[in-house]
Amino acid sequence: MADNVLSLHGISKLFAGFRALDGVDMSISRGTVHAILGENGAGKTTLMNVLFGLYQPEEGEIRLNGKPVRISSPRQAMTMGIGMIHQHFMLVDSLTVAENVALGLPGQGLSLDLDRIAARLAELSHEYGFDIDPHEVVWKLPIGMRQRVEILKVLFRDAEVVIFDEPTSVLAPNEIASFLDGLRRLRAAGRTVLFITHKLDEVEAVADDVTIMQHGKVSARMKVAQTDARDMARKMVGREVVHDRMDKGDIAPGAPILQVSDLVVEDARGIEAVKGVTLSVRAGEVLGVAGVDGNGQAELANAIVGLLAPKSGSVLVDDADVTSASVHVRRQRHRVSYVPEDRHHTGLVLDFSIAQNAMLRDFTAAPFSRGGVVQTRTVREKATDWVRRYDVRMRGIDQKVRFLSGGNQQKLIFAREVESDPRVLIVMQPTKGLDVGAIEAVQRTVIAERAAGKAVLYISTELEHILTVADRIAVMCAGEITGVLTPDEVTTERIGALMGGLHEGAEA
Amino acid sequence: MTNLVRYLFLLRPVWAVLMALIVGSGLILLAGVSPLGAYGELFRGAFLDYWGLAGTLVKTSPILLAGLAVILPLRAGLLNIGAEGQIYMGALFSAAAALYLPQMPTFLALPICVLAGALGGGLWGMIPGYFKAYHGLNEVILTILMNFIAINLVSYVAGGPMMQAGAPYPYSEEIRPSLWLPIILPQTDAHAGVVIGVALAMIMYFVLRYSTTGFALDTIGRNVNAARYAGVPVRPYLVGVMFVAGALGGLAGAFEVLGVKYRLYHHFSPGFGFDGIVVAFLAALNPILAPLAAFFLSGLKAGALVMQRATGLESTVIEAIQGLVIIFVAASLGLKLDAEKWAARLRGRERLDRAVGDTFRKQGAKDADATE
Repeated sequence: MADNVLSLHGISKLFAGFRALDGVDMSISRGTVHAILGENGAGKTTLMNVLFGLYQPEEGEIRLNGKPVRISSPRQAMTMGIGMIHQHFMLVDSLTVAENVALGLPGQGLSLDLDRIAARLAELSHEYGFDIDPHEVVWKLPIGMRQRVEILKVLFRDAEVVIFDEPTSVLAPNEIASFLDGLRRLRAAGRTVLFITHKLDEVEAVADDVTIMQHGKVSARMKVAQTDARDMARKMVGREVVHDRMDKGDIAPGAPILQVSDLVVEDARGIEAVKGVTLSVRAGEVLGVAGVDGNGQAELANAIVGLLAPKSGSVLVDDADVTSASVHVRRQRHRVSYVPEDRHHTGLVLDFSIAQNAMLRDFTAAPFSRGGVVQTRTVREKATDWVRRYDVRMRGIDQKVRFLSGGNQQKLIFAREVESDPRVLIVMQPTKGLDVGAIEAVQRTVIAERAAGKAVLYISTELEHILTVADRIAVMCAGEITGVLTPDEVTTERIGALMGGLHEGAEA
Repeated sequence: MTNLVRYLFLLRPVWAVLMALIVGSGLILLAGVSPLGAYGELFRGAFLDYWGLAGTLVKTSPILLAGLAVILPLRAGLLNIGAEGQIYMGALFSAAAALYLPQMPTFLALPICVLAGALGGGLWGMIPGYFKAYHGLNEVILTILMNFIAINLVSYVAGGPMMQAGAPYPYSEEIRPSLWLPIILPQTDAHAGVVIGVALAMIMYFVLRYSTTGFALDTIGRNVNAARYAGVPVRPYLVGVMFVAGALGGLAGAFEVLGVKYRLYHHFSPGFGFDGIVVAFLAALNPILAPLAAFFLSGLKAGALVMQRATGLESTVIEAIQGLVIIFVAASLGLKLDAEKWAARLRGRERLDRAVGDTFRKQGAKDADATE
């Protein structure tokens, strides 16, 4: 047996009967960079949380340096020499670097020796070339430096194994290269790095070994040196991509309705999440946007509907420039409809009744209101009609939306957004958390809108669902469109490569 | 039957008030006075006596308007602690208009003085609204701090530029009687402010319930993301709602000047703006209940003096009881009706009735079935 610092045997984790991890075996050699590759929902993060003691596995065994261990809490994981760097940093912004490291540091008792900590930090920082001043306040540091602080925190606790959860998703492109350098230095210093990613180029660049996960199982284990990106991509998407296409009817798409050019959008943290996306959707066309979650899809959708102001670029609807128009103007005058990703926090007011939620989009316009007065009877008639036609199961239209199932909530949102007779329909992750019946209802609605000559932008991480409805599929990775395919061109290998960030160079 | 439970539940602030009075009777006993006698004097003095009622109504006017100034922004999720300052600014603007504008016919001058007060309060309320909406500053802290500015500004003006020459105390010249608010109970101080307050409460009720503006405010208050998503211009709404709230507080100040004091005094408000917060919670944020809540709270305050005179009980006891009322009402509003649980309990009771037999079942059966 090789020198395995960490090995997993038959690890399973169940959430309410759902197997998030299903018999995972894995062994990680000491002093290597080990990548864990997989799509959304493959179980990567669950696995890391098991290793870090946040979750307890129902089955299986973890061995650390050959000895079976039970990791019951993050604190215990740290004493065992396992450190984790979360995707969202766990730092107190108003404290200095040294103070952040001192927080919760074991063995301090009641005394606080910041000078000793700062001196040791400066040493570590120098050793790894991190260039961090221990006395700097965290909020003044750029994101990439904060990540180094997180790494220093873990190194300070003498972690032997350092786990990174999607470490590059928060970084700017110029920070990624130096981060990867940091990983190499960690390896050179004899530490073991475990990092979760879906980006193939990063795996190729630094990893020694790669474990590919799919649906909670390990689907492949490889030496990176003995494989290539295309092979990894195929194994990441794994299954033969199924063409379970609905009979959409033959419609020749018309003129372009939605045109997005060179759109650059920053996210809430000021990082460019969309980096120059150009796409156009024609009347009677469904453009699917595929990609792993968090690659700029949400920012793209929000910029198109007006919830985020783009940094540059333009959005045209029916040749009218709406780039700086308000949400209200886009919705009412340019007839843009939007089914948002987050039903509970964006798409609905949970404490409102079904009828009130039904008028949420158009309550300022006839027939829902006249002269500023809500036409309660019309609203109720409309709501009653919609819940019947869209098959929203409920007890009555005065029932609070909170008490509807996710599928019925989604049907209500679709009814509202579609019945307003939009020109453009943006749909974001519409099938998330829905059962098969509700998914089919959603897809039928989308296809009916296509037949009615609407321009539909269908953003999803569920490849099969996109293939079912889309005429063309644009793949996004790291804020860019890496390629555009028709459903017939989609192969496991090509789409996996595009999702992993290997460009085919195209605009949709 | 479940409807009855629901109804009793809706009245929970009333039960809370009764509970507070019962607990308060313990305090009165400790002070060595008969609780029934004390409460009797209190309520007779506040509500049953002509002059006492007038005194209650005088206090109801500012307390009700301040209550509305708290209720409105709370519907959009903003807590306006600044009604006190808005009252002071309203009084300042109104007094300045009354004293310095050229002579005009009363039908023109009086509305102008009243609206000047609304404008003063409105602008004062709009400042924290603007900083909240566009710069994310905490409106609670801003409105609290702006109270101090407004109170001291009025103290300065009433004791400086506007002070009556030779006055022993900081107050302005007297406003001419043609600008005084009409009296609604002859021979008393009860002025028309309370009528306008009740009218505004009704208007606010209908606006919040039936207008698109009310719907937009509720949407912002319940889920601001959904409001933005639906295309509601959230920031302008926040500024606007704080302007209107401030204007309501400003009206309260204007009515104090034009209806009661006839001058601008320094420190003229004994905290009406803060009573408004109590009213908002007593009324469970429903404007239609605000007049009742304000009337009740004013009655406690007005009656306390009568009670003190009649029984020798310290009026601090009444302040303690007011505190109890607030605590009990706040707690009662935290209760949630679990309709399912009650329905299950009632079904259980019916099963019990069927099993052991219920004497009243025969007559009551139809009614019970009808309400189910």
